Amino acid sequence: MRMLLDPLRSAAEAAAGAAAGAAAPQGNFVTDLLAKISPVEIPWPLLVLLGALLGSGFFLLLLFITPYAMLAIWAERKVAGHIQCRIGPNRVGPFGLLQSIADGLKLLVKEDTIPAGADKLLFVLAPALVLASAIAMFAAIPFAPALYFTDLNLGVFFILAVSSLATIGVLMAGWSSNNKWSLYGAMREAAAVISYEVPLGLALLVPVVVSGTFSLRGAALAQEGWGGAAWYLFRDPFVLPAFLLFYTAALAETKRAPFDLPEAESELVAGFHTEYSGMRFSFFFLEEYAAMFVVSAIGALYFLGGWSFPGLTPLVEHLFGRGWIFNAVAVGVFSAKALFLVFVMMWLRWTLPRIRIDQVMTLGYKYLTPLALGCLLGAAGWELYVVPLFGGGR
Amino acid sequence: MSDEARAATAPPRAVPPGAGDERWIGELRPGEREVLLDVKTQDMEVNMGPQHPSTHGVLRVLLRADGEIVTGAQPHLGYLHRCAEKIGESVEFLQYLPYTDRYDYLAAMNNNLGYSMAVEHVMGVEIPERAQWIRTIFAELNRIGSHLISFGTYGLDIGAFTPFFYAFREREWIMALFEKVCGARLTYSYIRIGGVFNDLPEGWLEELGRFLDVFETKWAEYNDLLSYNHIFVERTKNVGILPPEKAIAWGCTGPMLRGSGVRWDLRKDLPYAMYPRLEFDVCVGQGRMGTVGDCWDRYFVRLLEMKESVRILRQCLRQIGPGPVMADIPKTIRIPAGAGYVGVENPRGELGHYIVSDGGKIARRCRVRGPSFCNLSILPELMPGTMLADAVAIIGSVDIVVGETDR
Repeated sequence: MRMLLDPLRSAAEAAAGAAAGAAAPQGNFVTDLLAKISPVEIPWPLLVLLGALLGSGFFLLLLFITPYAMLAIWAERKVAGHIQCRIGPNRVGPFGLLQSIADGLKLLVKEDTIPAGADKLLFVLAPALVLASAIAMFAAIPFAPALYFTDLNLGVFFILAVSSLATIGVLMAGWSSNNKWSLYGAMREAAAVISYEVPLGLALLVPVVVSGTFSLRGAALAQEGWGGAAWYLFRDPFVLPAFLLFYTAALAETKRAPFDLPEAESELVAGFHTEYSGMRFSFFFLEEYAAMFVVSAIGALYFLGGWSFPGLTPLVEHLFGRGWIFNAVAVGVFSAKALFLVFVMMWLRWTLPRIRIDQVMTLGYKYLTPLALGCLLGAAGWELYVVPLFGGGR
Repeated sequence: MSDEARAATAPPRAVPPGAGDERWIGELRPGEREVLLDVKTQDMEVNMGPQHPSTHGVLRVLLRADGEIVTGAQPHLGYLHRCAEKIGESVEFLQYLPYTDRYDYLAAMNNNLGYSMAVEHVMGVEIPERAQWIRTIFAELNRIGSHLISFGTYGLDIGAFTPFFYAFREREWIMALFEKVCGARLTYSYIRIGGVFNDLPEGWLEELGRFLDVFETKWAEYNDLLSYNHIFVERTKNVGILPPEKAIAWGCTGPMLRGSGVRWDLRKDLPYAMYPRLEFDVCVGQGRMGTVGDCWDRYFVRLLEMKESVRILRQCLRQIGPGPVMADIPKTIRIPAGAGYVGVENPRGELGHYIVSDGGKIARRCRVRGPSFCNLSILPELMPGTMLADAVAIIGSVDIVVGETDR
């Protein structure tokens, strides 16, 4: 609660913390890992440099985002196939698992076209900006108690802010394509993001109020009690509606059906990426799947107990302590929760029709925002007046 | 003196504008007067088609849009024009039959039936009863197949992908049934002048019965998945409302007309084939979700018609008897001089053929009245004032086949 009551001071503390973190020799898990596995002692300035290099976007992109996105695209096609009474990809590799790699190669060798009337600089920059925001979002997500790149103490705000950067990229893409359909897509994206950032942020503030921290890792650690069942979803009556609101707004934020208006295929041909081909197109594709995972990860960390699972994680902790086995199990549990939310997104996409732009606006402003605000007030009142009755509270 | 002229003749200001010029917005000084600027925004012209995912082929609609709001629409046709009518005046009667398959390629059986009936009408030929039953069965089966496509693609237009595959799954069975009788899956030429090409194979009617049993359960599934889906209803109700008077005035037929609540069906009102001996209802739009004649009504009329077709087919299965399937007509058809018009109820509306013969092997005039073409003409009336997404919903609800609008 203190964070809400004294935001300026908290922000100052956060900034100071971030600065201290940058200066400290033990930066992130990469540096820790390097220090551990190296046979000779690495001097700490070199360690920090290596950590910064390896822990940067390149490392993330190579080791996590690209494989994940390829798997997610394969999964999406399989899910779509099964929902639609088809088989889905099944030719390249076992169960068609390598289909995404084949498609990626195809996209790499495709001709890279830029429309004649396009604003070349913006056209080329747009996919890069979009992808950069996707990579940056991942930096703040903790996968396990000891597996994270940075533990920002304003992690939620960082992710929300960085995810909005993608919108600028989409706007740039739509504008620079010199195509009216692209422009429509870009304007729709801007309208949707502006209206849905508000309920998304408000709904996220509900678990923040309950946990008292903006740090994603801190929130996940705080949900380890009750034998692994102390999820915020069960701790406060206002968190469940907030979760539903968050998920709905997240769908709009990530341009997923039924809010996929920016790329509405049957209306705008392909929306903002109509004119893109080859690798540039795949950047937009990659960003979509990365953003899906990030919002699902936030949902899992803040609402669904992070890496805690009733019975399982306490047992592992009891048997093996909080060592690497616990972390491995935590990664598994957390990924399963996040991927389940990703799966629900796919399920929705292949089931629901698309809503109209005015209905999107109505839903956002007339229903989601007031409801999210109500949830926030309710949760704050609950934490302030009801929780102390049971001897809790901070 | 006009404002521009005053501005041009005014002495240059010593003080740059803004500096020391503090006053409230709208506050006027002596000698100044308020000028209302006629600020206009320019409407955007957007070319929807011919390469657009939801124009159902190669239709091109020139949209005039104020942001997301459509202010005007003009369909441009002819990308698929193949001179069908002219060909009808250059080849023999039977040779023209395969060309009829290609106007509305989703309902080729019905096209064959329409053309054959027109020629038979001018010839004055009597068709055997079994052939009439078979024709009725195929016309209704193809109506189901065609409406399935309409249902699936309408889902696509609204943004739901899955109904499309469900529709194709059932249509595949219909295709297989057609393939068994004539070997073709899309362009059948099975219904011929004088009857049908050949008799049904062994066990075909039993398989049709099995298909109908399965199809009825699937029909309920479609409604659960799409018809009553809240988002779908919100997208289609009160959109593209076509009042009954306007529908009649513009010559709309088929589900487009019945969606507006007009009870007009050639199978009932000018019955042909075996329809007089069959019991079925004419489905009309009732404004269940919004207003009579909106997109949802047009869509749902098609779904209800599939159900009615199942009812008709079950009656056909009970009543069909043995007998010849082809009337005794010469190989080279010569028609005595005369003219005649026959309209049949295609899935999309009234398909009419007007045949003029001067007594030879080749028609003097072969005029086709296509339902999609006439239904499409109402588009500029329905579009203005709707959102861009509604434009797609309206085009989808008209359910055109460009092969037939352009012929």
